[in-house]
Amino acid sequence: MKYFFGIITLCVLAACTPAKNKGTFVFCAEGSPSIFNPQLATDGATFNASSQPIYNRLIAFKPGTTEVKPSLAESWDISDDGLEYSFYLRRGVKFHQTKDFTPSREFNADDVLFTFNRQRDEAHPYHLVSGGTYEYFKSMEMDKIIKDIIKVDNYTVKFILSRKEAPFIANLAMDFASILSKEYADQLEASGSKDKIDNEPIGTGPFVFKRYIKDTLVRYESHKNYFEGPSKIKKLVFAITPDANVRFQKLKTGECHFVGQTSPTDLEGMRAHKKIKLLQRPGMNVGYLAFNTQKIPFKKLLVRRAIYHALNRKSYIEAIYLGYASVAESPLPPVIWGYHSGLRKYEYNIKKAKALLKKAGYPKGFETTLWTLPITRPYNPNGKKMGELMQSDLARVGIKVNLVTYDWPTYLAKINKGEHDLVQLGWTGDNGDPDNFLGVLLSCAAVEPGSNAARWCNNKFSALIIKAKQVSNVGQRSKIYKELQVIFKRELPWVPIAHSITFKAMRSNVYGYIQSPLGTENFYPIEFK
Amino acid sequence: MFKIVAQRILIAIPTLIGVSILAFSLIRLVPGDPILLLLGERGVSKEMYIDIQQKLGLDKPVIEQYFYFLSNAAKGDFGVSIVSKKPVFDEFISRFPATVELGFLAMFWSIIIGIPLGVVAAIKRKTFFDYFLMSGALVGYSMPIFWWGLMLILVFSVGLGWTPVSGRISPFFDVDPVTGFMLIDSLKSPEGWGAFVSSLKHLILPSVVLGTIPMAAIARMTRSGLLEVLKKDYIRTAKAKGLSFYTIVIKHAFRNALIPVVTVIGLMFGTILTGAILTETIFAWPGIGRWIVASVTSRDYPVIQGGVMLIAFVVIFVNMIVDLLYVWIDPKLRDS
Repeated sequence: MKYFFGIITLCVLAACTPAKNKGTFVFCAEGSPSIFNPQLATDGATFNASSQPIYNRLIAFKPGTTEVKPSLAESWDISDDGLEYSFYLRRGVKFHQTKDFTPSREFNADDVLFTFNRQRDEAHPYHLVSGGTYEYFKSMEMDKIIKDIIKVDNYTVKFILSRKEAPFIANLAMDFASILSKEYADQLEASGSKDKIDNEPIGTGPFVFKRYIKDTLVRYESHKNYFEGPSKIKKLVFAITPDANVRFQKLKTGECHFVGQTSPTDLEGMRAHKKIKLLQRPGMNVGYLAFNTQKIPFKKLLVRRAIYHALNRKSYIEAIYLGYASVAESPLPPVIWGYHSGLRKYEYNIKKAKALLKKAGYPKGFETTLWTLPITRPYNPNGKKMGELMQSDLARVGIKVNLVTYDWPTYLAKINKGEHDLVQLGWTGDNGDPDNFLGVLLSCAAVEPGSNAARWCNNKFSALIIKAKQVSNVGQRSKIYKELQVIFKRELPWVPIAHSITFKAMRSNVYGYIQSPLGTENFYPIEFK
Repeated sequence: MFKIVAQRILIAIPTLIGVSILAFSLIRLVPGDPILLLLGERGVSKEMYIDIQQKLGLDKPVIEQYFYFLSNAAKGDFGVSIVSKKPVFDEFISRFPATVELGFLAMFWSIIIGIPLGVVAAIKRKTFFDYFLMSGALVGYSMPIFWWGLMLILVFSVGLGWTPVSGRISPFFDVDPVTGFMLIDSLKSPEGWGAFVSSLKHLILPSVVLGTIPMAAIARMTRSGLLEVLKKDYIRTAKAKGLSFYTIVIKHAFRNALIPVVTVIGLMFGTILTGAILTETIFAWPGIGRWIVASVTSRDYPVIQGGVMLIAFVVIFVNMIVDLLYVWIDPKLRDS
């Protein structure tokens, strides 16, 4: 007992600063990775811990943008009919070497075929490993878009598509398209431990996975043979810290060097701290209030317009986003190409709103429900508070709003069934393509899966969505997306509320970080100075 | 002794079946769907929904799903997590040492501080000490854990820099989690002593926070138990015999006063092992409580069903130990 107290006392009195930083970069991650194969995940925590440090894809996004650039594919050709994509693979790319796996060959076409066939071919020996659900791959309709994949030679792969799909290249830069090692898979299959491929990962990326201590730490080491050169930081650690305020305290004490998700209430404190710097950029997101356009009275355009005029959206920016957002006029965020900056604006005007309601046959207003977002998202940090502001705005024009909320799983299930009237929701882009907003959230095809919360189906709009995907010229596509935004603004299936600003906080001696509009964290370029 | 163990095991079987029915049915009665949750705002087409449903085995009738789960659980197979795609049993085992490590230290604080405080308060009944200690215990018992944890972090970690803010060990130490008990694993690491001290420092604040409520409960229970016993005839007889104050209190009264305290400790220990959700969240402690709550949020049916059954098993085991302790403390039970 004496010794125990002795140890405790020693701990408190001894040098209590963290152990010396030996070229180790510590990221205070907000959540645990569910698995180390991005093909099987849909959450940012898993992508940050797997696809970004461990893997590469055929195509990459240029740092800080949503423009694509070559990665494991050095170049590519698209056939005239837009149905055949030939990728010319980079030579000399090495997979990670660990205590359990020593690659005997470099990356080649077999790895590309393995990666995609595992996800699309139900008879593939790895298809059912770890559940085999591949939600992201399927939700991007890649199983329907890819008709076949052919190995032309060791360094050329041809994708045959079943339809023209302009966003296909951008899709290949997404996390689920990370390239796995076929040789490693074969070795695991032979030893009867296939599931290791998803938990003890081998990739070509800038960091080699070393260890995961459940819900505590993920540890990586620099990949010395990385094809773009080894990273400047030698070791990378993800310290899993779910509470936002605790992340801030750890950043203050130097227990971590970087925080990816910040709480709006901590921003002033971060700005004031001498050893912390804050980066910001407009997020690729939109928060909105959707009308259930299949229900009365929201079937009527006049009612939707009236509500648009009745909401004082500027006041929400101050109250909900603490000023760190801009009022949204389009479903597309301004950071995405194809954004229409000259859209018609519906100003906050109670008189107009009342007149429109009268014209729609509701001179005394009506009673309805408004569902408030039950979780914190960058596009809406406080759904309940926003709901209260909307409730008070709508009361002024005679609309009595009853606020409703459910826990997140119930919320999604009920929206999927179309039980809502007015509902708060939002979206953060996956790949920087306008289709990823307009098609996923507003097309007729998106009504049944539930991502079109307005349950709005406009045939002209949907025909243009399909047309835009079949045109490969960006200028022409941009024109179509601008037209789509004009239709949106005429029909008003939602009230777009805000595009929020995203923040990253780090210790002042951290340099080289480039903030991605996609929200994922890439620590390859980082260095200490 | 063996009779008690056998009795407990017999009672455990229907208890575990009852727990499995509750865990299985309650989570299914709650609205929300794990498949829709996997994709969030993205939505799920009917075709894809059916495909995932089949792969997860959720397409079968609920009764069939239950008996399938129960028969597998009897063989030690608790299913595979929908989120992590790993066996529930492995997920439980990988988190359990963290919970036990924290729970034991929290219990250690609460017993070694709570019992002496209770004894002092009883002996000094109706004095300043008694009022001071008991109002302190009341404050401790009603302390909002989240606030208390953050306050300790602000004072001891951020303000004084004495303890780390959160986690199990400094990320700068590379420890291989062989046993899952960081205090043991750190000693085996190349950094040895330094890593051990780091893991111990990381344990201090969360164990103090987690031990606060049990400590208050134990102190109050010890006081009232001891006061009750001190009124008994045999204590008066002991006093009349001229025994020393120490002998009366410690040898005669204290042991009898311990019985309700052991009950509280047993109950508290069950709570500590499973209900440390807030402490685990504040201090980023990778324990069982946080795991179960996260799986309820994500409607990870296999984890909820299997996890709750495994927890029930642990609680039943702890209660059995408590029953055996009674026998050791109270010779009357031993004879009967």
